Amino acid sequence: MIHVVKRKEMPLAQSVAIRLGVIGVALVVCGIITAIATGLNPIGVYATMIQGSFGSPRKVWIMLQEVALLLCVSLALTPAFRMKFWNLGGEGQILAGGLASAACMILLGDKVPNAALIAIMFVASVAAGALWAAVPAFFKAKFNTNETLFTLMMNYVATQLVAFYVIVWENPKGSGTIGVINQQSSAGWLPTIAGNKHLLIVLLVALLTVGMYVYLNYSKQGYEISVVGESPSTARYVGIKVSKVIVRTLIISGALCGFAGMLLVGGSAHTLTTSIAAGRGFTAVMVAWLAKFNPLIMIGSSGLIEFMSHGASEIATTYGLNQSFGDILTGIILFFIIGTEFFITYRVVLSHNKGKSVEELG
Amino acid sequence: MFDFLITFFPRAVAQGIPLLFGCTGEIVTEKSGNLNLGIPGVMYVGGICGVIGSFLYERTLSDPSQINPVLGILIPLACCILGSLLMGLIYCFLTVTLRANQNVTGLAMTTFGVGVGNFFGGSLIKLTGADIPSISLTATSSLFRTTLPFAGATGWFGQLFLSYGFLAYVAILIAIGASFMLNRTRIGLQLRAVGENPATADAAGINITRYKYVATCAGCVIAGLGGLYFVMDYANGIWANDAFGDRGWLAIALVIFTIWRPGASIPASILFGGLYILHLFIPTGTDLAIKELYKMLPYVVTIVVLVLTSTRNKRENQPPESLGLPYFREDR
Repeated sequence: MIHVVKRKEMPLAQSVAIRLGVIGVALVVCGIITAIATGLNPIGVYATMIQGSFGSPRKVWIMLQEVALLLCVSLALTPAFRMKFWNLGGEGQILAGGLASAACMILLGDKVPNAALIAIMFVASVAAGALWAAVPAFFKAKFNTNETLFTLMMNYVATQLVAFYVIVWENPKGSGTIGVINQQSSAGWLPTIAGNKHLLIVLLVALLTVGMYVYLNYSKQGYEISVVGESPSTARYVGIKVSKVIVRTLIISGALCGFAGMLLVGGSAHTLTTSIAAGRGFTAVMVAWLAKFNPLIMIGSSGLIEFMSHGASEIATTYGLNQSFGDILTGIILFFIIGTEFFITYRVVLSHNKGKSVEELG
Repeated sequence: MFDFLITFFPRAVAQGIPLLFGCTGEIVTEKSGNLNLGIPGVMYVGGICGVIGSFLYERTLSDPSQINPVLGILIPLACCILGSLLMGLIYCFLTVTLRANQNVTGLAMTTFGVGVGNFFGGSLIKLTGADIPSISLTATSSLFRTTLPFAGATGWFGQLFLSYGFLAYVAILIAIGASFMLNRTRIGLQLRAVGENPATADAAGINITRYKYVATCAGCVIAGLGGLYFVMDYANGIWANDAFGDRGWLAIALVIFTIWRPGASIPASILFGGLYILHLFIPTGTDLAIKELYKMLPYVVTIVVLVLTSTRNKRENQPPESLGLPYFREDR
């Protein structure tokens, strides 16, 4: 007889060791699959992947920036997830923020000083993202409307709204794209630090990471989020207003996604497209979950995901394969890690003695 | 007006059929309590597996127009079913056997499935060393698009109802079958019990694991056929990366819109197909931007339905009670 029993808390060191071990195994499997697809020896595969992520100072900076952007979205989703509110609308909230930023850059670009413009962009994008998350949160709090499906649908409403404005603002006319916004004046572009255009994003997100860690673990609101997540009835019993916590937390979540949208439009892309979020809203769900919703561990998990995608993209370029190769490898690694959680939470007992109860067997 | 209907309706149906496959598959899955957000990925995998099968088969022929009609249909069909089934098994193994989080597993499946579709779609030619510019399976596609021989002679009736390839009728039959199964059979009753309250169903002696596995895998196979229909029939056998777009998510939206009823999904999917292409028929002149707003309609309608069903709070209109939750017998 095979019997599954829930474990008591596993020591942290052991669970980390298991997870790292599984990531190692998954990387080996990915190497073997790549070797079969490309005919390359597996060692060469890893060398190419490392080359793709850390091959030159420029690549390292791009990698750091991408990790920061993904981390920013993951941090944004975390308070909602801690509350067991499945915010799958990160994509739409990023787009809403990006749209607001782009609107400010295009409409106010030559009317206000640059510092004021960036401040307005910040307020607008944060408000847009917050609004996009507040709508499903309101209905969840009021009518218990399924938030997973609602936030998911909001993504496509945002996508079409962006598609609409892309055509309204297209430049040059008929191109179907906005092109680089304010190319001459650079109005609304986030400032460079010591000539490095990636550094500011990395620093801002680093601050955000620490801030989110403190907020979730050491503030009253963070505590309320955890209680609502564990049991809404308990929360109600101790006098927490659940609907208020839900809406407030989602406003924070959406606002940070909107902020990520501003970083994308104002800081890295300087344009607006319907695909500017590039699936980060979904990838971030997995990043946050992999880190068990701990902001500090998220640095590692977002780094791993970005390393895989940059590495696989390098392999794809070198061997003339399709860029989607990275998605396959990321998928395989995720399957491995998702599967591992079972062995951390539960243990399998082979009970030969039918007469004895599980407790006696230990 | 009638002329408009004759041009509009068949195109709405052609758009609606992939959604109908995806929606029926997802309803059967969700009735077992599994919220499979991997459906978009599964539909990509179903499509690309069919393409791979028929691509390899067409390459063995010296003259693709001499294709064997039975093999030409069965090979892509079998490959599609096999591929989607594998995706279903991955999902079930992770969420049912290993009790992993369904949302995360589903999203990982979508990342993986869309990746598989686009990777093989973009690299199949290079991997097999063929010297052709693009994947164009016209011979296979013509088999999938074959209509009844007398359909052309029946005038408007034929155009409205008989002008589709066989997979379109399969989609409708599956939806009717699923509706019958869920509402009129013991298996359907037990499946719904599993989705509503697995602990009670378990106590009544229903094998939860088996129901969840079978329903989810069957759902994936049905959804995968939608991908096959899209590439072989709708797209004339031409695979283009990302051409399938967000139809998988639209299928999930449709599940909510129909309030988990496969019978209602037949007209609803045609309606959504119509909404999807409505912008092509509305005279907006040179204002292309407005068309993008029309494409928002299916999602807005879905949100409205989602909100209405939750405010009305009628018992029979709710999602399955344990949707999205793993079941562990000893977890009380």
